[in-house]
Amino acid sequence: MTPIVRIPFSYRFGKVWRRNLVTFMRTWKVNFIPPFLEPLLYLLALGLGVGSFITQVEGVSYPRFIAPALISIAVMNAAFFECTYSSYVRMYYQKTFDAMITTPLSIEDVILGELCWGATRSFIYALLMFPVLLAFGVIDLPSSFLIFPFSLLAGFLFASLGMCFTAVSPGIDTLNYPSFLLITPMFLFSGTFFPLNLLPVPVQIVAYGLLPLTHVVAVMRGFCLGILSLDLLLSITWLAIASTLLCPVAIHLMKKRLII
Amino acid sequence: MPVVVAEELEKRFGDVVAVDHIHFQVEEGEVFGFLGPNGAGKTSTMRMIECVSPKTMGSLTVFGMDSEAHPREIKQHIGVVPQENNLDPDFTVRDNLIQFARYFDIPVDEASRRADELLSFLQLEEKKNVSIEKLSGGLRRRLILARALINRPRLLILDEPTTGLDPQARHLIWEKLRGLVTQGNTVILTTHYMEEAARLCDRIVIMDQGRILEEGTPQALVKRLVGDYIVEADATVEVRNCLEQHRIPFDTAGEKVQIVTPEPKLITTLLLEECHLEQVAVRPASLEDVFLKLTGRTLRE
Repeated sequence: MTPIVRIPFSYRFGKVWRRNLVTFMRTWKVNFIPPFLEPLLYLLALGLGVGSFITQVEGVSYPRFIAPALISIAVMNAAFFECTYSSYVRMYYQKTFDAMITTPLSIEDVILGELCWGATRSFIYALLMFPVLLAFGVIDLPSSFLIFPFSLLAGFLFASLGMCFTAVSPGIDTLNYPSFLLITPMFLFSGTFFPLNLLPVPVQIVAYGLLPLTHVVAVMRGFCLGILSLDLLLSITWLAIASTLLCPVAIHLMKKRLII
Repeated sequence: MPVVVAEELEKRFGDVVAVDHIHFQVEEGEVFGFLGPNGAGKTSTMRMIECVSPKTMGSLTVFGMDSEAHPREIKQHIGVVPQENNLDPDFTVRDNLIQFARYFDIPVDEASRRADELLSFLQLEEKKNVSIEKLSGGLRRRLILARALINRPRLLILDEPTTGLDPQARHLIWEKLRGLVTQGNTVILTTHYMEEAARLCDRIVIMDQGRILEEGTPQALVKRLVGDYIVEADATVEVRNCLEQHRIPFDTAGEKVQIVTPEPKLITTLLLEECHLEQVAVRPASLEDVFLKLTGRTLRE
């Protein structure tokens, strides 16, 4: 028998993406508050509070130093938590994926749709934080516009990473492990609130080699401050490769879990 | 052309054989029932026909297409009522239908027309803007049936469609299913209710431990495997002795003895007069008798 070559993906992943967009927009008021409020609070507490003890970090004021980190963190959290807890609820409690795969949608369509939605959520967060940061005068134009396409790439990576954990997590509670063992350390040690070179060299190597947020922060900082160097291209490449590797892994693991 | 053809169909979960090399064929326009105790392999078989669970071995074609080579084409024309409710709680009753229609590429105005049609068909109009969480079990089941019909399926697959429903809701679902069948739809269903199978199915198979034990029309199965009538009496020692004396074969089921016979009058008279019984019951043999005969009386889980 000749093996049948079947393309598992189709345009239908957009239908899954759209389903999530529709439910998100229905509660848009509550969904839109955090991205407005978070940068405000952080800039006030860290920028004005902590920042008053700091004259300059790497040649810029402290609020300008942390502003790109705030976007990066929001981008990470938006996609990661969407594709862990929220996807887990849809998968396990609501059985939404089970219902979808009885229609012409394939499991690959469903998971790709979820990942793209996670990335979109990152994009929406970046979009909403943008005017707030602009109003504070902590990001520069026009280079800052580059954060929008970039938030999609970064979001897709964190979505894929989250989906891998969702696929292997025995219960919703065990999703807490990646969130405090991976997300919290990344939040603190990826060059977010202080420059990485203050840390011991081995930690720096780990941060650059393994923590995606390090690269996201580096790129965001370059874009927001208008410092476009070749290093950014390196970080973008790192992130693109990581996404390309993780996305199929996430889909494979979900398929293993759901298609039995 | 048959709608579903399964040959040597097998499904394994690790070492467990859920479906053990079964053969069956579902013809266009018929209601085909899978009966069997829990764990018999009914749901596994349904899920393979729905193209959501890959088979381990054998061949399975739906609408003449291989189930694993053409899942999208097949799924486009199947409606599924799963055992577990999986309505989308993020949407209202009507939006559940509209949203589901999108997955089938049904244009939005057509979807909206069909949704209204189905809401009225299943008497759900009053609930159309209600959220799923506020629906009773019966209403949810009706909505799932409506959802399964949104793509005007050629084949409708129902996994225990009426489990847990009150008699009113059950009768409504039966009535709607009969209506669909007269329109020429093909239906495959699983059920634990023998009455349901006897009422709805043109043909049934009885499964146990992954195998198909028997196949036929409900009436033919009853006649062939049990008989015409069953006379029941209390299983006292006297009754047993009396029956043994007269060389009448009987079965003991709990506290009753059962005698299968084409001539209930003869046995009844004998029991009343020769065995001095005060009361006996006569009833036509049913699918339940067939089922218990084939699968035994011991609990499965």
